[in-house]
Amino acid sequence: MIDTPTQPSVVATPRRDVRGERDDLAGHTRPSARTRARRRRTVLAGARLVIVVVLLVTWQACVNAKVVDPFFWGEPEGVWSTLIDWFTVGTSQGSLGAQIVVTLEEAVLGFVIGSILGVVCGIALGRVRLLSELFAPFLKAANSIPRIILGSIFTVAFGFGIQSKVILAVVLVFFGVFFNAFQGAREVDRNLIANARLLGASRWQVTRNVVLPSAFTWILASLHISFGFALIGALVGEILGANQGLGLLIRSSQNNFDMNGVLAGMVLVAFIALTAEALITLLERRLLRWRPPQTHGGAAVE
Amino acid sequence: MPAIELRNVTKKFATADGGTYTAIEDLSLTVEDGQFCAVVGPTGCGKSTTLTLISGLERPSRGEAFVHGEQVRGIDTSTGFVFQQDAVFPWRSVLDNVAAGPVYRGASRSEAAALARDWLRRVGLSGFEDRYPHQLSGGMRKRVALAQSLINQPRVLLMDEPFSALDVQTRAIMSTELLHLWDQTKPAVVFVTHDLEEAIALADKVVVITAGPGTVKAEFEIDLPRPRVVQEIRFDPRFTRLYGQIWEALRAEVAEAYARTTRVAEVAS
Repeated sequence: MIDTPTQPSVVATPRRDVRGERDDLAGHTRPSARTRARRRRTVLAGARLVIVVVLLVTWQACVNAKVVDPFFWGEPEGVWSTLIDWFTVGTSQGSLGAQIVVTLEEAVLGFVIGSILGVVCGIALGRVRLLSELFAPFLKAANSIPRIILGSIFTVAFGFGIQSKVILAVVLVFFGVFFNAFQGAREVDRNLIANARLLGASRWQVTRNVVLPSAFTWILASLHISFGFALIGALVGEILGANQGLGLLIRSSQNNFDMNGVLAGMVLVAFIALTAEALITLLERRLLRWRPPQTHGGAAVE
Repeated sequence: MPAIELRNVTKKFATADGGTYTAIEDLSLTVEDGQFCAVVGPTGCGKSTTLTLISGLERPSRGEAFVHGEQVRGIDTSTGFVFQQDAVFPWRSVLDNVAAGPVYRGASRSEAAALARDWLRRVGLSGFEDRYPHQLSGGMRKRVALAQSLINQPRVLLMDEPFSALDVQTRAIMSTELLHLWDQTKPAVVFVTHDLEEAIALADKVVVITAGPGTVKAEFEIDLPRPRVVQEIRFDPRFTRLYGQIWEALRAEVAEAYARTTRVAEVAS
């Protein structure tokens, strides 16, 4: 082990006979249990909405009562009107849609390239002992430096275009995915590998059909965090120097002392991040269909 | 020529504290083609190690292992192996699990699937092709493991306490079904167990291993008539007589192994 990677969302639990449990539920208690669950969800959603409304109203009230200075901290009304303005009139750098598309493109490209590189390198090092012995110190060293600083170099070297942001996002995404894939490849059940070998699988078939699916629990756990990193890479890259994008929008708002603009940019980024998270959870459900349902990922967030 | 031959094999493992642990020492064992051999012995006597040497998963430290006259030098794909714990692939459907062997051996997907369906029928799992292993009971997963192994028509079948995780009734039923399946292709079998009753009910020959480091203490021919029904065979007076003889040999080893573990416990506490 050369780092402590993110734990999979759910640690492997002993397999149980799920059918038996379902049968227990199949009695007349089921509809009432389901109704109760639905009612509970509605109440929870309502309570969350109340919390958000209370927070926003308190904030606005504090601004109106001159307790909080909106020049430094912004105000909900101002954020809202900035968002409306951006959507209807457009931003100082062109339409809002174009800014979102640019940032999204950078983040998604960085995420995809970084994840693929991370999985390939992680599995390779996890499977080939010599490779991991050779490269472990380098990766450890590279992981310990604050990689976000590299953004300055990339901006100078690759210019104000999309390229420098994608590369920064790739660098940020790579390590998280890499360490998880590496750990996942190391933790594969020895019996499964022995079984596949005895059934006639070649080394490559063992990697593809046993190690990769087995490590997927770990890899997917890291993907949840990695899209966040990709987004940070894209935004920081844009703040350091760009012609377009949400990061630049936030930066120019800051330069104009427009805190409402900065916060409006944050709201948009949060929206993108949550959408991506939902998509990754969908992907996880699809890819980990084979796991018992009670251990499916994302259980903590409904 | 015997199907399996272990000649004076010794297997040592390196321990965490830098020493060596001898799992089996100077063990010799012969199993004829089509013979069902059960290996019994106390916990930790190296029963499972003998199987890893025959399958090529491990190499002996001394001595030689032969399968059909050829020395075992690496993983031998002509042997089938049924593991103690589940070793079916949890991310594959039942059908894909059973079809894995033929696909790895170069069959087309459709050929492999057809063959897998046939074997699922033989182990009584028709209709469960699309399930995932976690959706099956322990007994059903064992059937998948059996079909997965037998579909390759191994001439040598190694089984490492395959039914130890099952409840008593399921275990007896599975044993009878195993005998039925074995009768269809008649591979040479080495069946490792700590359950003497199971060993006598299944086998042509029972081998008693000493408390570790394991070596052969005694061999017994089981002349009970076949076909056998495992659930009922224990009421046969010949069964009781054989049980008495073999237990006589096994008792001292079990006592020795138990004494060692308790000594260890005393030292630890």
